[in-house]
Amino acid sequence: MAEPAVLEVKGLTLEFATRHGTLRALDDISFSIRRGEVLGVVGESGAGKSLTGSAIIGLVERPGRITGGEIRLKGERIDNLPPDRMRAIRGRRIGMIFQDPLTSLNPVFRIGDQLIETIQTHTGMGQAEARQRAIALLTEVGIPAPENRIDAYPHEFSGGMRQRVVIALALSVEPDLVIADEPTTALDVSVQAQIITLLKRLCRTRGTSVMLITHDMGVIAETADRVAVMYAGRIVEIGPVKDVIKHPQHPYASGLMGAIPALDTRLNRLTQISGSMPRLDAIPAGCAFAPRCTKAIDRCRSERPDLMPAGASEAACWLVGKVSAEASA
Amino acid sequence: MSAPVVQIANLSRVFDVSKPWLERVIAREGRLKLNAVDGVSFEIRKGETFALVGESGSGKSTVAKMVVGLLGPSGGHVQFNGLQPGEKPRPGAIQMIFQDPYASLNPRWRVRDIIAEPMEAIGLRRDAALRAKRVDELLTLVGLSPRDGDKYPHQFSGGQRQRIAIARALSSEPSFIVCDEPTSALDVSVQAQILNLMRELQERLGLTYLFISHNLAVVRHMAHRIGVMYLGRLVEIQDSDALFDNPQHPYTRLLIDAVPNLSEIGRDRVPVQGEVPSPINPPSGCTFHPRCPLVMDICKRERPAFIDGVACHALSRKG
Amino acid sequence: MAGASPPPATQNSDGSWLRRVWDSDIGWSFRHSPVAIVSAIVSIVMILAAVLAPLFAPQDPFNPAVLNLMEGLTPPGTPNEFTQKSFVFGSDSQGRDMFSAVLYGTQVSLLVGAASVLFSAVFGVLLGLMAGYIGGKTESIIMRIADIQLSFPAILIALLIFGVARGLIPPGQQEDATLILLILAIGLSNWAQYARTVRGSTMVEKNKEYVQAARVIGRSPFLIMVKHILPNVMGPVTVIATINLALAIIEEATLSFLGVGMPPTQPSLGTLIRVGQQFLFSGEWWILFFPAITLVILALAINLLGDWLRDALNPRLR
Repeated sequence: MAEPAVLEVKGLTLEFATRHGTLRALDDISFSIRRGEVLGVVGESGAGKSLTGSAIIGLVERPGRITGGEIRLKGERIDNLPPDRMRAIRGRRIGMIFQDPLTSLNPVFRIGDQLIETIQTHTGMGQAEARQRAIALLTEVGIPAPENRIDAYPHEFSGGMRQRVVIALALSVEPDLVIADEPTTALDVSVQAQIITLLKRLCRTRGTSVMLITHDMGVIAETADRVAVMYAGRIVEIGPVKDVIKHPQHPYASGLMGAIPALDTRLNRLTQISGSMPRLDAIPAGCAFAPRCTKAIDRCRSERPDLMPAGASEAACWLVGKVSAEASA
Repeated sequence: MSAPVVQIANLSRVFDVSKPWLERVIAREGRLKLNAVDGVSFEIRKGETFALVGESGSGKSTVAKMVVGLLGPSGGHVQFNGLQPGEKPRPGAIQMIFQDPYASLNPRWRVRDIIAEPMEAIGLRRDAALRAKRVDELLTLVGLSPRDGDKYPHQFSGGQRQRIAIARALSSEPSFIVCDEPTSALDVSVQAQILNLMRELQERLGLTYLFISHNLAVVRHMAHRIGVMYLGRLVEIQDSDALFDNPQHPYTRLLIDAVPNLSEIGRDRVPVQGEVPSPINPPSGCTFHPRCPLVMDICKRERPAFIDGVACHALSRKG
Repeated sequence: MAGASPPPATQNSDGSWLRRVWDSDIGWSFRHSPVAIVSAIVSIVMILAAVLAPLFAPQDPFNPAVLNLMEGLTPPGTPNEFTQKSFVFGSDSQGRDMFSAVLYGTQVSLLVGAASVLFSAVFGVLLGLMAGYIGGKTESIIMRIADIQLSFPAILIALLIFGVARGLIPPGQQEDATLILLILAIGLSNWAQYARTVRGSTMVEKNKEYVQAARVIGRSPFLIMVKHILPNVMGPVTVIATINLALAIIEEATLSFLGVGMPPTQPSLGTLIRVGQQFLFSGEWWILFFPAITLVILALAINLLGDWLRDALNPRLR
């Protein structure tokens, strides 16, 4: 692999200083995304998946602070840049798509103005040329009659159409990486299917890398190439999407897969993981999942496992060898 | 086949979404009506889970609110077993479990008082000691500890709160519970706990559920029979297996096909275009016709009749 | 962005009530706010001194028998030239000890302030709950009255109510009824703010699912309002009440200063200021100064406390 990864995160640690002491919200997160690759990041609320996204784009709110590790975009370190340089990177090299399209669209501007301004700032194109380019983009994301719709305000669009506009805005500067944080969560299923298909197609044709943050394993299954499963601020398993879904190695990942009701079969009981994810101020020593894990051994409670190779994936579990042996048996 | 617990006949609900009078006069606009529910009929049998699925704006939650009596119908009626149409059953006989466990428990009340309130309201177990004992039993039944009764809701996680909400619903000893998106605010692993618990309780206590959800996989897991709603109308009612194995109505097919599925990794698809139109000004005839692949002329003019569990011109033509 | 803020800290359910408050977010905010601590101490000292005035005051300023005209207009700190008696805050023209007068005056001011705040809070909260929960015509009527009243300064409303009510009372009993009338007038001039705030919060709360849960089991609107919604709208009410206590004390002082409040036989701080300002130009500054500075410190301390409380209960506003 001669080409450096588009995004490389190594040992990222993020802490909140609170009056009850320091809470570690992200703990030693490492992963990379190659060109044109879609990395899915799943986890329950509070697992740290959105926070990972915020850390990469340099938008961690106080009192949160990156206290360790590094983030590299195409080999260049970006976690320690001054705010103004980071702002340039955010607009130009990393595109963002959020759950609520209205956070990215200014309600008092026509969508065309926002698109054209973004294109002009980043490419130095003239007004007419930028407008042509904006119309082309809107066509590409599937907005009907873009020549007319370009002069409409955000509130004149439906939820799905707004999210398409946001995607156009994110892709307008041809970024290296797009971070999509729950891009379809607020949408109905039929619209969600449209947006997923669109995102997939655009990234494939443009070779854009995507970090897709979602709680919905189904969306990941359809969209992502690789997936990272997060739990209590750590990555517990990362690997090709097929392997993680069909042969999850970490007990949490396998519990999660069993807990999702399926469309094609009706089981009597879903696999359930007892308890719930610990709060940040009560993360146990050792493996954070150990108290809920049916297979935990003494070592799990005292020593924290790092990611280690497990089949085609990597899992942070002391029992990795055993679990995979059982699964194949 | 067991007797219906509740029969819903031609139920409708219109909301007035007009602007205030003065603004209307200045802008010279008329009143705006929203047909949230439009001529919905179905029955729920004893001991079964009947689910209503649909996307936003389908009116499924409005139906739920009319069934429990939180909203009055604009037309049609809800009839409970052994009562006159529209007559309300004894308080507490129907209970409800809500979507958001963070909003459904009064933050200023202790869990013990929250669970005891329905008993107090309907005068069940007037003796304080008996009531306290029952609260302990209910807490244990939903998988919590009697000691949890003295805590406040904020000390619990989302899943635990939903258990408390279930205990509260059970405390008035209902036979019929309306569940409005009970797990859509929960994480998957916790959702599995709550769904399992609800099915266990149904078997042990012989409960009947009306289950409202937008999540087809959850509905598949929970329901015996399913009604699919689109823009305030029922488009299809089938037994669960039949619906998923052999969906009839084009909208049902679209909906089932749109759900991302774990068994189809990396599949490419051609999604149906268009979105749910606004219920304020719905399309004429069959409201689904602008998005329907089987659309015919008659679909734009006439509302299809509900025949053999489906409301579709194209299908009734064939048959 | 979801998950970008740390979760609230867990709280131990054991320990006494006081301990819990101390450990709570409010308690923490209090311990870390010097302004709040100082103003709380000042308020408590002044309130205690006023309530326990009979224990602290060197004399009973309302008992004419203990007054000695010879001791009139003694400056503070210097012994009287005839009796050699010394007054910390000086004495007024009738030989009344200003320190005692200020203590008793603070007592009267606080009594009128607290009682009128209590009255307006109860009245306003009830009307606000009804307006917010019932809606429709009830809401329109209550809120329009509130709007009209809020468009006039509170002091004008209080003057009006006081004047009308006083006119209805037979002349012989006017003096005795002044205290009650003053409380009613100030209370009625301030209810609208509570009603507005409570109506807003009630409209938010009534759509929450816990209220629907209570409706499903057939709870009456009255029980839902009082047992379910009321505890959840009390946060902003305590803030308004604290700030309004300072305002009510000033309002009472203004009325008394204008001569329509407490009579000189039972003076409040406002009455003392009115009496004192007549001596200002003849050099007897202390008769005005001590009641005035007491009023300023009292109102300021309570106001700062209210400001802190508002910030502590509403972290987003900071």
